[in-house]
Amino acid sequence: MPDLIAKPALGAAPLTIAGTTLSENGATQITAIAPYPGSQAALAQALRPLGLTFPAPNQFTEHGDVRLAWSGRDQAFLIGGEAPADLPAAVTDQSDAWVSLQIAGPQARAVLARYVPLDLRAASRGQSLRSALNHLPLLLMVEAPDSYTLMTFRSMARTAWAELHEAMIKVEARLALT
Amino acid sequence: MRIDGKGRIDRTRPLTFAFDGVSYPAYKGDTLASALMANDVRVVGRSFKYHRPRGILTAGSEEPGALVEIMGPANQTPNTRATVQEVFEGLTARSQNRWPSLRWDLLGINDLASPFLSAGFYYKTFMWPRAFWEKIYEPLIRRAAGLGSLSGRHDEGTYEKAYAFCDLLIVGAGPTGLIAALAAGRSGADVILAEDAAEMGGRLLSDEGQIDGAPAQEWLASVLAELALMPNVRLMPRTAVTGAYDDGTYGALERVGLHRRPRPNLPRECFWRITARRTILATGALERPIAFADNDRPGIMMASAMASYLNRYGVSPGRKVTFFANNDSARATARSFVAAGLSVAAIIDSRPDAPDEGDIPVHKGAVVIGTKGRHGLQEITLRTGSGEVRLETDALGMAGGWNPSLHLTCHMNGRPRWSAELAAFVPSPGAVPGLVAAGAANGTFSTHGCLAAGLAAAQEVLTDLGHKAAPVDLPQAENAPYTISPLWAVPGKGRAWLDFANDVTTKDVALSAQEGFSSVEHMKRYTTQGMAPDQGKSSNVAALAVLADATGRGIPETGTTTFRPPFVPVSIAAMGAGARAEGFAPQRFMTSDQASRDRGAPMIEAGLWYRPSYFPKPGETTWREACDREVAMVRNSVGISDVSTLGKIDLQGRDAGRFLDFVYTNTFSTLPVGRVRYGVMLREDGHVLDDGTTARLGENHWLMTTTTAAAGLVMRHLDFVHQAFCADWDVRFISVTEHWAQFAVAGPKARDLLTSALGAAPGLPFMGVRAATIQGVAGRVFRISFSGEEGYEVAVPARYGEALFRDLTARAETMGGGLYGMEALNVLRIEKGFITHAEIHGRTTAFDIGMEKMVSAKKDCIGKAAASRPGMIGAARAQLVGLKPLTDSPLTAGAHLFTQSADVKRETDQGYVTSVGYSPTLASWLALAFLHDGRARHGETIRLVDHLRKVDVLCTVTDPVFHDPMGEKLRA
Repeated sequence: MPDLIAKPALGAAPLTIAGTTLSENGATQITAIAPYPGSQAALAQALRPLGLTFPAPNQFTEHGDVRLAWSGRDQAFLIGGEAPADLPAAVTDQSDAWVSLQIAGPQARAVLARYVPLDLRAASRGQSLRSALNHLPLLLMVEAPDSYTLMTFRSMARTAWAELHEAMIKVEARLALT
Repeated sequence: MRIDGKGRIDRTRPLTFAFDGVSYPAYKGDTLASALMANDVRVVGRSFKYHRPRGILTAGSEEPGALVEIMGPANQTPNTRATVQEVFEGLTARSQNRWPSLRWDLLGINDLASPFLSAGFYYKTFMWPRAFWEKIYEPLIRRAAGLGSLSGRHDEGTYEKAYAFCDLLIVGAGPTGLIAALAAGRSGADVILAEDAAEMGGRLLSDEGQIDGAPAQEWLASVLAELALMPNVRLMPRTAVTGAYDDGTYGALERVGLHRRPRPNLPRECFWRITARRTILATGALERPIAFADNDRPGIMMASAMASYLNRYGVSPGRKVTFFANNDSARATARSFVAAGLSVAAIIDSRPDAPDEGDIPVHKGAVVIGTKGRHGLQEITLRTGSGEVRLETDALGMAGGWNPSLHLTCHMNGRPRWSAELAAFVPSPGAVPGLVAAGAANGTFSTHGCLAAGLAAAQEVLTDLGHKAAPVDLPQAENAPYTISPLWAVPGKGRAWLDFANDVTTKDVALSAQEGFSSVEHMKRYTTQGMAPDQGKSSNVAALAVLADATGRGIPETGTTTFRPPFVPVSIAAMGAGARAEGFAPQRFMTSDQASRDRGAPMIEAGLWYRPSYFPKPGETTWREACDREVAMVRNSVGISDVSTLGKIDLQGRDAGRFLDFVYTNTFSTLPVGRVRYGVMLREDGHVLDDGTTARLGENHWLMTTTTAAAGLVMRHLDFVHQAFCADWDVRFISVTEHWAQFAVAGPKARDLLTSALGAAPGLPFMGVRAATIQGVAGRVFRISFSGEEGYEVAVPARYGEALFRDLTARAETMGGGLYGMEALNVLRIEKGFITHAEIHGRTTAFDIGMEKMVSAKKDCIGKAAASRPGMIGAARAQLVGLKPLTDSPLTAGAHLFTQSADVKRETDQGYVTSVGYSPTLASWLALAFLHDGRARHGETIRLVDHLRKVDVLCTVTDPVFHDPMGEKLRA
């Protein structure tokens, strides 16, 4: 057991505005998996026990609570599970590098439209997109058309939260007009 | 005056607003312009140059004259078009560009001086003496000529930016845009319908036309009701599309809260970036004025605007109105005025064969040649076939024909095409990929023609997008032919205005041509025509027609100036929404942030990071006292510093060592596992990119450390090198900067502290690394030093960072040590001669910093070839040296170096200072500097001069390493 106290990236209480909730996801294991050249077949074999396949760009695959989310060129994040030993890939612990936020509700897309230059009209579960949250780096995963996981650098968690909060109250103020 | 029974304003909702301190009544639905007109306020502003009284010319966003300041609780918004600003309860507006008052403007003296203020006046007059320009002429001109003013304070209003996506963007919600939206909406396409005005409908709101035998407004209401119910159609009123950009991207400005009392969190404006697969430009057309003598008096306006004021807002600009036309489009307006019980004194029609108009007198083949009325029109003079006639009138509607609003089609360098038949420019097809112009924007001026064109454009786009076009009936509407006989300017005496905002007359344009500025682009800049906030929407075509006439060319040969974004003025606050103050950049916080603040440390920005500057103790009154104490603490005891901001890149793969050899100047592949090596990285141009240490964690596993400043840059560089030069290598890398919290433990007691924190001696040689369990947490311990003392860095996953930081701090304090901040860290590294990006600032080479021996001769690396070019090495280069003042004097970074005997001037410059600090260890100020041939000049006395901070000190040139030059303490 560690003697050091673990802290969350942000430690913020959920925020519900205009029926839409912004919350911080609990810490979970995140492992970057970057397959070496020519290792596709071996990788597929090695991932089989997890019930996962390596995702195509802009996608995540999932099995139970474990998902493998595309996160960049030749790279995916294994989220919520232990990486098998001896993968034919560079394996790097990223668990503490990210803050993971959730925005869900009827205004989620309107809030994201303030910062994220992605066309989310046809958003559907299974998408994993690298983009920008205003001026922050972003890995966006679509949980449902009105529910999104947003991952950005841990050190920028406060900016991400403050700016999303600001967008939410502005969206709410607009709704009050109609 | 208000006209009973007319207009779409809500008479059940009276409002009060103030203009220039006077309170007036208005109704919901009024613009500031219509409300002022209802209250018979005729002079709304003063013109830019001559300070002539300006009234209301138009009823839309193209307004050049009626510009006012809107006073809000936190904002003062200048140059607001009264024709766009909607009235709300408590609206406060102020006229601008006048002194002391709008009615008695002393700067109106400029008007009397107008013979001397013609085009090019400034260029000719203020040429000499040269020194007068900045201090006298420019402030003088700026005071006399200008528009609104700013408050001088931050705009703390709320603004936002947003993205939107659609299949079809329709710009403009007149008949063309509405029927296109209906067709596309019914077909299931994702549609955004953006309309500049508050209400959708375009000319249908202003003209009393019929559609399918019923008032057009009934058709409008039914279409809007149907569109509002379509989930795939987004109606965006009060949204002006401002620019067309690459790949179907459009800028648009939405007035979200400007039309109502400010309320918390409601944005004033939103700047949209809309990405559309296809766009239909249905922006309609702008009516154009006719230039005749004194055509700028309040009360003279566009005939189409008069229709808008009467039919949309229920107001009239006068009691006895006249029209001056060269086509039929003012006729319906004249009939509306008669029907509303107003007197129409005459229609002056320049066409000799103009039709009659019932009981309204029509002067055929006649022109207006003069006007009277100091603060508003009272009388006009006509020239008819039988002589001059004077007519009493207080409102004159100009109907000079129509210019399609094709501006957006020119935003990607498209040029419009001249149509002789319409006497107007029309859009060139394909000028903006994916955009088609339809309706009046494309030169189709009848209502029926617009409806047909809008429907056809939608059907074509829908087919193109793969939608099956749903049926939409084409309704019947007015379909009169457009017959125009061009009339740009009435020849004669007196000044005839083209550009009402910038005070450009036909004479100015002619003078421009006469003085050789005969290209339309030169004329524009010489006269300033089209350079006011309205960008010449009402004057461009007429001005170039006058120029064509003056130069004896045709209009198509003369061409137009270039329409550029934005189509309407966009406030900087909207474009920069959210970026004021803390919103300017992301804030990055270390895990120790709160612990540092708890100890009163002032936090300073280092890139995006916030780092503690120093940790004040009771009794310390200056940062220097704290800094000196912290430096001594590290040199004599032990100090703790959070170094998590340094970039950390994890590299793995069989070729990772080879890759490091390629990006670093020195060799890494030979480094044993468990060891760390310092390395220097070059850009492809041979200059130093970054420096840092890389540890070999395993046979195929490495951890690179970059500087804080260049962490992102190095990551990008590695990605580039990998993808461009060695994509097939067996190497993968990823940033782990954010995963690890890392703390430096430095000083003679560092080993003892580590032993206590780890429960065992660190057991590491200098430049060693190992995995370690740190109080139950898997982490790493490095023995590296940026201070010159025996130093370690301890890394744990970030979630444990704060706990470990507090733990290490407590242990240090029991040993007589403690925390040190950025100031002490900087002094420690200067004492040791360690470089930062103050030295490797992008213009220095490995040779310059004394590291040319680190460029391995045995292998190639990025930047090696360029670094060995002539000029990149040798005595002519400024080289890194240390400086010590001969006396106890502060040194300054940025100071320049001179030999003792030289005159202090640019030509004798010998080098410059990059870093300075006071060293309590050596009881002296120290500096790092770059000095020409510096390594050969150790021992020389050099003069350090900083003109900005009044520093002039003699220094001894030394080796850059002041402290422990042999590195004995490091390796202890």
